Amino acid sequence: MSHPLVSARGLVKRYGDFVAVDDIDFEVERGEVFGFLGPNGAGKSTTMRMIGCVSPLSAGTLQIFGMDVVTHGRQIRARLGVVPQLDTLDNELSVMENLVVYGRYFDIPRAECRRRAKELLEFVQLGERADSVVDELSGGMKRRLSITRSLINEPDLLLLDEPTTGLDPQARHVLWDRLYRLKADGVTLIITTHYMDEAEQLCDRLVVMDGGRIVASGSPRSLIEQHSSREVLELRFTPNGDGPSGPDMSGIGERVEVLPDRTLVYADDGEVALAAVHARGVVPISSLVRRASLEDVFLHLTGRTLVD
Amino acid sequence: MAMATPGSVRVAFWHATVFRRMWLRNLLASIVQPLFYLLGLGVGVGSLVNRTSRATNILGGASYVAYIAPALMVTTAMALAATESLWPIMGGFVWQRSYFGMSATPLGPGDIVGGHALWMALRCIVASTAVAIVLTLFSDARDWGLIPGVAASALTGLAFAMPLMAFSIPRKSDVGFAAMNRFLVIPLFLFGGAFYPITQLPVWLRTVVKVLPLWHGVELARGFSLGHLTISAGLVHVAVLLGWVVAGTLLSFRSMRTRLYV
Repeated sequence: MSHPLVSARGLVKRYGDFVAVDDIDFEVERGEVFGFLGPNGAGKSTTMRMIGCVSPLSAGTLQIFGMDVVTHGRQIRARLGVVPQLDTLDNELSVMENLVVYGRYFDIPRAECRRRAKELLEFVQLGERADSVVDELSGGMKRRLSITRSLINEPDLLLLDEPTTGLDPQARHVLWDRLYRLKADGVTLIITTHYMDEAEQLCDRLVVMDGGRIVASGSPRSLIEQHSSREVLELRFTPNGDGPSGPDMSGIGERVEVLPDRTLVYADDGEVALAAVHARGVVPISSLVRRASLEDVFLHLTGRTLVD
Repeated sequence: MAMATPGSVRVAFWHATVFRRMWLRNLLASIVQPLFYLLGLGVGVGSLVNRTSRATNILGGASYVAYIAPALMVTTAMALAATESLWPIMGGFVWQRSYFGMSATPLGPGDIVGGHALWMALRCIVASTAVAIVLTLFSDARDWGLIPGVAASALTGLAFAMPLMAFSIPRKSDVGFAAMNRFLVIPLFLFGGAFYPITQLPVWLRTVVKVLPLWHGVELARGFSLGHLTISAGLVHVAVLLGWVVAGTLLSFRSMRTRLYV
């Protein structure tokens, strides 16, 4: 019980000259939801594939369930559930057939596969679609089926690589709700995402990745406290042609960040900052005071926004 | 605790589940084609061939139907194994991505390659048995030698399936697949000794045919049916076929591992 479920030391993944994952360390404890947050190309998926024991390490060590991924890939994979970024469902098979076939890969007897499948399909609200061919399902349903399939072996650790990318908001919320329940049932989850709200809502602890490195780690709340003010004032101005930085607002708030489409003023009290802006005679088209989010943390750490 | 099901059997179970939706159509196609060749060529061309004793001598004294019948089992296995080891393999990586799904489970590249081999052996046995049953409708073709002929067909099927699988695994697109069919499978069907002895071919072409698997399978099956197979010739044919199977399997395993574990 003493050691963590996943433990990575000096993890590196190189493709030729390109370093996809550059010397990272992290640990995942039993029962927590752990997130990898970062833009596309940050190295999240590569790290996930290494945890899934399908990507050889270039350097470093990676232990899962106390076993080494290099020597015990098969044994580790037997206890993992994997929801890949791109579905690997058998489109021409029915929902039930998909689950039974996948369960057989783990050598779970057919009858047991069917029993578990029925239960899991109820859990993800696909109970009525057991006999539908996968091709006929919506994108959100396919994602839920992928999650169902990854649970068929009752995994100790569930890996979800961008589980809600490409889903409409409603389908995302259904999925999040199911993930909450899994967490409540004590399943350990590792999630990659480039959605800040997803990371903030789901993760107990996360690491922010950029360019293959971990640039910060902690709980969403502690990351915000460490790297951002409490509130953020968002201002929009009329586009002023080539004007590089909009009106001068130096001295207002703790920090000012000028983005192509808006200006962010970091301040513990956004309303006070807004009053200061008005006092200078600056008139934005719109203004909004909100709580700081992981988006701001990421912006502060990397100087870039996450999602275009 | 029950003994674990071998990984390749678990993969074959997946093949069978997918196949369950189309088995009848597939089996009928496997029978109808050879039946047409038997009627069209065997009976049609055969009525000309059988008329001259010189031709019958070249065929080893057999009637033309008896001569081509065992070969049709083998060509059926070849065609089936080739088709199933080109596009469907690519589908496992690119379209359906099923192989990546499998690689997230305890299954490894060896299980996937082994599962394909197992499934191809099974499919070839079923298809060539079906052909054999149809052949028994023709009195000239009816022979106990059709039974070992099924084994020869299955081995020939694997001798195509495994090297073609190795060819297909690294492909990023299906360019080249149609060419494989057009420039390997169909020419072999015509020039590989199924419809006339390869002594009729120019020497260089005969050499090519003798390197590739089909002729060896045809000679085995025909030898069983017509009863002229010597042990030494039989062993050579089996050795060549096994050589293709083993080489194809090893290469498939290697490229499967490279493609899955990046």
